Amino acid sequence: MIYVFDGSLEGLLTAVFEYHERRPSNLILTTAECYQPDVFTASHRIDNDPEKADRVWKALNRKLSATWLRRFYCAYLSEIPEAFRDLFEFCRYIFSNPSDVTQNYGNPHVLAVAGYARKVEREKHRMEAFIRFQQSSDGLFYCGIDPDFNVIPLIMKHFKDRYADQSWVIYDYKRHYGIYYNLDKVEEICLNQEEEKNLKLQRDKITSEQEPLYAALWKDYFKSTNIKARKNTKLHVRHVPRRYWKYLTEKE
Amino acid sequence: MSERIREKLSILADAAKYDVSCSSSGSKRKNDNKGLGNGHSSGICHTYTEDGRCVSLLKILLTNHCIFDCAYCVSRKSNDIERAAFTVDEVVQLTMNFYRRNYIEGLFLSSGIFKNADFTMERLLKVVKKLRLEERYNGYIHLKTIPGASEELVREAGMYVDRMSINLEMPTEAGLKLLAPDKSHQEVIKPLGDVQRQIIQFKEEKKVIKSVPQFVPAGQSTQMVIGATPETDKDIMHTAAEFYKNFSLRRVYYSGYIPISTDNRLPLLGTQPPLIRENRLYQTDWLMRFYGFHVNELLNDANPHLDVDIDPKLSWALRNLQFFPVDINIASYQMILRIPGIGVSSARKIVQARKFGRLRIDQLKKIGVSYNRAKYFITCTDSPPMFRDYQATQIKSFILAESQSKYLKNDIQQLNLF
Repeated sequence: MIYVFDGSLEGLLTAVFEYHERRPSNLILTTAECYQPDVFTASHRIDNDPEKADRVWKALNRKLSATWLRRFYCAYLSEIPEAFRDLFEFCRYIFSNPSDVTQNYGNPHVLAVAGYARKVEREKHRMEAFIRFQQSSDGLFYCGIDPDFNVIPLIMKHFKDRYADQSWVIYDYKRHYGIYYNLDKVEEICLNQEEEKNLKLQRDKITSEQEPLYAALWKDYFKSTNIKARKNTKLHVRHVPRRYWKYLTEKE
Repeated sequence: MSERIREKLSILADAAKYDVSCSSSGSKRKNDNKGLGNGHSSGICHTYTEDGRCVSLLKILLTNHCIFDCAYCVSRKSNDIERAAFTVDEVVQLTMNFYRRNYIEGLFLSSGIFKNADFTMERLLKVVKKLRLEERYNGYIHLKTIPGASEELVREAGMYVDRMSINLEMPTEAGLKLLAPDKSHQEVIKPLGDVQRQIIQFKEEKKVIKSVPQFVPAGQSTQMVIGATPETDKDIMHTAAEFYKNFSLRRVYYSGYIPISTDNRLPLLGTQPPLIRENRLYQTDWLMRFYGFHVNELLNDANPHLDVDIDPKLSWALRNLQFFPVDINIASYQMILRIPGIGVSSARKIVQARKFGRLRIDQLKKIGVSYNRAKYFITCTDSPPMFRDYQATQIKSFILAESQSKYLKNDIQQLNLF
């Protein structure tokens, strides 16, 4: 049996609910995107049902600690097809055991969910570190990113707490949405294709007068804080993988 | 204007880079006045230099003019270098603008000593107060205590900053006397002790009155220069252990000496900085703080130096084979931590996971144990039977044969003459 869902959290939770209704054997969960029809296996399309999803979410709240609930959510945000499968199996394992089994790192699905969560948290932390704002001429601080995982929901609070006295935008080019802070609260924004292109290409033309000075100062600082006698490129690249260099002012 | 400030930043950042402390952790300062910035309890490294050290703070000197002549220091009086000084306002503007762009996690402010200690400390305090009070800046501030500054100034600074530090410079008093005749360890110990007492006092008061302000919430740290004077690793680590104990330091940093001077008391210009040694010292430091090792177990009169080719944990295990093999499924957490190839997070996972069933080799590997190293020291459910006991030297050669030392490359480089 193949369960096909749409890749949303609601869909995933609905799938868990429907599994417990029918309990089919040899079940595989897959997203609509990855689904390949198979002659020998029946498939079942999951229709998102907020009520069913809500019941499963509440049950998870009862079963899991705050740490594990966050891990569950993080693993979901990884958007990796195997992660969905592991999350599904993780739910089955959790609900089939009356006691708390989340500490059983010997179980492959528990370990896998913890592993995905760690990857996503690492990406979140990297975004908190590597985002470089540029100030536009009207005082807005902006930055475009394309993170490996969908981390914007996770980094929102950090930036809201920290940059409370400046308005800023963080935009995810890959997933085509972003967040905007207007000195009061954070809003989700979507740009159309043209606006997105403008943000990407003309970033230098809309910057404020001060921007080039501070970018230059930062590059100077980065250069003069380096100790040449201790050069260690391997370590450098391990900490700042090349795919992040495009964000970094000092690496331009 | 902009050219001059670029020049100043280059000079004063260059002079500050030998201070290795860069951590931005330990402070949970909130941004509750809707200002700029907050503390991040685990800290954030915003970038890394090409030598692989993290950059999380804007690390600068207020000035590199200095009245002292310490042989190991690049800003010493007798050194012929360009001198510069920031104004208070310049430091504040730099910090604010770097922080707004998410370049940095905070400010690390140190200074050469001009006129006298109190005068210098007052200027540092002015920067800190302006940031906190006028600019409503709540990000991280690491302030260097100036040796010899009055207790009142240090105390006032402590109300605004997140971490204070003062450097021991040389691991032993004798070493310090040799290279910096004007300085003594006593000058370092006094302010460390003062701040430490006040931290405790503020914490006690906070238990009773909730509105007591924070005082140096991220604690204190210090730094020692390694390889400039002929101390043994034992001297260094025993000093470090003592300071951890007496002053509840958050960190002791070990900075491999980079030859910057032709002074004949110091290693020659062009000598390689002692990177391996520095690495082994940090490993020992970690073993003391997170793995429950006592410094005497790792370094004592019989073993005054750390092995260069293997890490100190493996080296301890090979000296103490009577404790091994350890049965993963019944041993205590403390004992599992001591097995080479198992770190803190694997040890925790093992202890939690074994409640659900006896662990096998494949599970250990998935948990993150580096099994090729650990296999000589553990037994688990499906361990192959051992028909003979290996000698420590044999185990060492097996492990060395399998592992790729990250330092091997450096050894080869040293052979090249041109």
